[in-house]
Amino acid sequence: MSEQNHPLKARLRRAERMRQVKAFGLIAPLLGFLLISFVVPIASMMMRAVHDTELSSVWPEVTAAIPSWRDRKALPDEAVFAALAHDIKASHKDRTLSTAARRLNYDLRNGRSLVFSTARALPETAERWTDAVIAANGRWADPETWGAVYRASGPVTGFFLLAALDRNRTATGRIVVAPPDEALFLDVLKRTFVVGLAVTLICLALGYPVAYLLATLPPDRGNLLMILVLLPFWTSLLVRTAAWVVVLQEHGLVNNALIWLGIIEKPMRLIYNQVGVYVAMTHILLPFMILPLYSVMKAIPPTYVRAARSLGAAPATAFLRIYVPQTLPGIGAGGILVFIMAIGYYITPALVGGAGDQLISYFIAYYTSSSVNWGLASALGAVLLAATMILYAVYNRLVGAGGIKLG
Amino acid sequence: MAAPSVRTPSERIWTAVLWAVSVLVFFFLLAPILAIVPLSFSSGQFLTYPIPGFSLRWYAEFFQSEQWTGSLANSLIVGISATALATALGTVASLGLVRADFRGKGLIMGVLLSPMIVPLVITAVGFYFFFAPLGLTATFPGLIVAHTALAAPFVVVTVTATLAGFDMNLARASASLGAGPSTTFFKVILPLIAPGVASGALFAFATSFDEVVIVLFVAGPGQRTLPREMFSGIRENISPTITAAATILILLSIVLLAALELLRRRNARMRGQA
Repeated sequence: MSEQNHPLKARLRRAERMRQVKAFGLIAPLLGFLLISFVVPIASMMMRAVHDTELSSVWPEVTAAIPSWRDRKALPDEAVFAALAHDIKASHKDRTLSTAARRLNYDLRNGRSLVFSTARALPETAERWTDAVIAANGRWADPETWGAVYRASGPVTGFFLLAALDRNRTATGRIVVAPPDEALFLDVLKRTFVVGLAVTLICLALGYPVAYLLATLPPDRGNLLMILVLLPFWTSLLVRTAAWVVVLQEHGLVNNALIWLGIIEKPMRLIYNQVGVYVAMTHILLPFMILPLYSVMKAIPPTYVRAARSLGAAPATAFLRIYVPQTLPGIGAGGILVFIMAIGYYITPALVGGAGDQLISYFIAYYTSSSVNWGLASALGAVLLAATMILYAVYNRLVGAGGIKLG
Repeated sequence: MAAPSVRTPSERIWTAVLWAVSVLVFFFLLAPILAIVPLSFSSGQFLTYPIPGFSLRWYAEFFQSEQWTGSLANSLIVGISATALATALGTVASLGLVRADFRGKGLIMGVLLSPMIVPLVITAVGFYFFFAPLGLTATFPGLIVAHTALAAPFVVVTVTATLAGFDMNLARASASLGAGPSTTFFKVILPLIAPGVASGALFAFATSFDEVVIVLFVAGPGQRTLPREMFSGIRENISPTITAAATILILLSIVLLAALELLRRRNARMRGQA
C-alpha cells in the first residue's frame, strides 16, 4: 500500500506546487508594478526622513572630520575648523553655499546668514583657522553651532523625526523640547487628531440613525433611499467642495436665507474657518460611516430584540442592551475608516479652511513644494503613515483581511 | 414579515424621530449638491438665488474655453489609460489570488491594497520625489503610472469578490473538454465575471477621474485635468463656469451609479444561473 501511496502523494504535492507557481505568476505583474511604482517611492520617501546627505554633499571635509569631536561641551579642534574653512571657501566658489546655508537654517536660528557672513569674512590663509573662523563670525565659538553641523553631517539622522515632534538635540545629544515660537507640529498633530475624532463622532451621530432606518425598512424602500446616500458618495470630491463654497460663502445660500428669515442681520463667517472644515469633511465622509453600519445592521436578525421585548424589556432597554452591542463591529469599522480618511485629508481643508485650520497633510505638501525641506516633509509623512498603519491594522482585525467593501 | 399592527405611542414617537433625523441627514447630503445645479443655468454673474434668468452661457463658456475642454480631454486620456492598465493587471492578479493559497499571501494582499490605505498626500509626495530624477514629472506616462497604481486595488477588491462566487468547476469542465488556459479564460471565465470586471473598471475610472492631489504634485501645465482646473477655480475665484463643470460631473456620477447598479443586478443574475 504505502509503496503505491508515496508516488501519488509526491505527484499531488508537485501538482499543488505547480498550481501555486501558476497562481503567483498571475499575481506577479501587478505585484511587480506596485512594488516598483508605489512601494519603492513611499519607502524612499520614508528613507529621506532619516537619511541626510544635503550638507555632506557640499561640505565633505567638515562632515567627515566632525565625528572626531568628542567633548561636545568644548569646541572641536583645529583640524575641524580648518576643514570647515576649506569647505566654506570651496562651496563659495562652486556656488553651492546656499545648499549648506539652507540645511543649517533648518536647525539654527539665522543659520543662513551665519554661513554667508562667515564666507564673506573668511581670509584666504590663516595661521590658526580656529581664530580666523571665530573672528569671521563669533557664533562659531558656541558648541551649539557645532552641534548643528554635527547633527547635519549625516548620513543617518534623527533630526527630522525629532523636529516633526517639536524636539531637538543639544550639542551634547540631550533631547530637548523646541522653544515655543518654533514648536508647531505637535499642535498640528493634535489638531489633526481632534478634527479627525470630532468628524468621526459627528458622522457616527448622523449616520447611525440613517443606517438603522435603511436597514430596517422593507428592502425595496430601503434600496430606493440608499440612492440618496450613494449619489453624494459617487459625486466628485471637488464638486462637493465647490458646492459648500457656494452654499456657505459670505453671500451664499445659508447666509442669504438666514438674513431673509430675519435671524441674523449681517452675514456670518461660515467658510475659511473651522465651521467650513467640519461641515465639508462631515459631508464627504458621512457615506463611509453609513455604508459599513448598514451592512452590519442588515445582518442582525430582528428576533433578538423581539425576544428581549417579549421577556419584558422596555423598547429603549432592548435597543440599547441588545441591538446596539450587535452593531459594534460596524461602529468600529466605520469609525476607523472615517478617522483614517479624515487625518489624511488635504484638499478639503486647503479649500474651505483658514490658515489656522490646516491639518498635517497640508504641512507635508507645504514642506515639499512651497518651502523646500524634504527631510521634514518626509518625517511628517512618516508620522502620518505610522498612525494610519496602526489604525488600519486595528480595522483589519475588526473587519477581517480583505474586508474592504465597495459601493 | 408583517409589521406589528399595534404600536405603543412611545414607539410611534420613536419612529417619527428616526424619520425626522434621517430626512435632515438626507437633506444635508443632497441639498448642497443639488443647489449648485440651477446656478449653472443662471444668466447672472453671481452665485446667488433667486437667479435672474435662464441661460446656457456658462456651458457655452465651458465648451468654448480651451482650458476647460483641454482639461476634460486630459482627464479622459489619463482616466481611460489608467483604467485599461489597472483593469488588465488587477483582473489577472485576482485570478491568481483566488486560485491558490500560499505562504505570504496576506503580505502580498497588503501590498496590492496599500495604495487604497496610504494617505493621498504621502503617495503624491512619494511619486514626486521618485519621478523627478527620472524625468517623469509633468509627463502623461508619469501621471498614468501613478493613477494606475492608485486604481488597481479597486479592481482587485471588486474582481476577487466576484470570483468568490464563481463556480470553478466550470473552468475545470472547460479544461477537461480540451480547452487551453487562455481559451478557458476568454470563453468561459471572462464572460461570466464580466460584470464584476466592468464594475472594477468603473471604480478605477472614477478614482482616476476624481483625483487631484497626485495631479497637483506630479502633473505639469500640459497635464492639467478637470479636477485640477476646478481646484484652482475654487481657490482663486469661484465663477459660474465651475457650477457648469460641476453639473456635468454630477451627471457623470449619476451615469456611473446607474451603470454600477445595472452591473450588480447582472452579476447577481449570472450567479443565479451558475
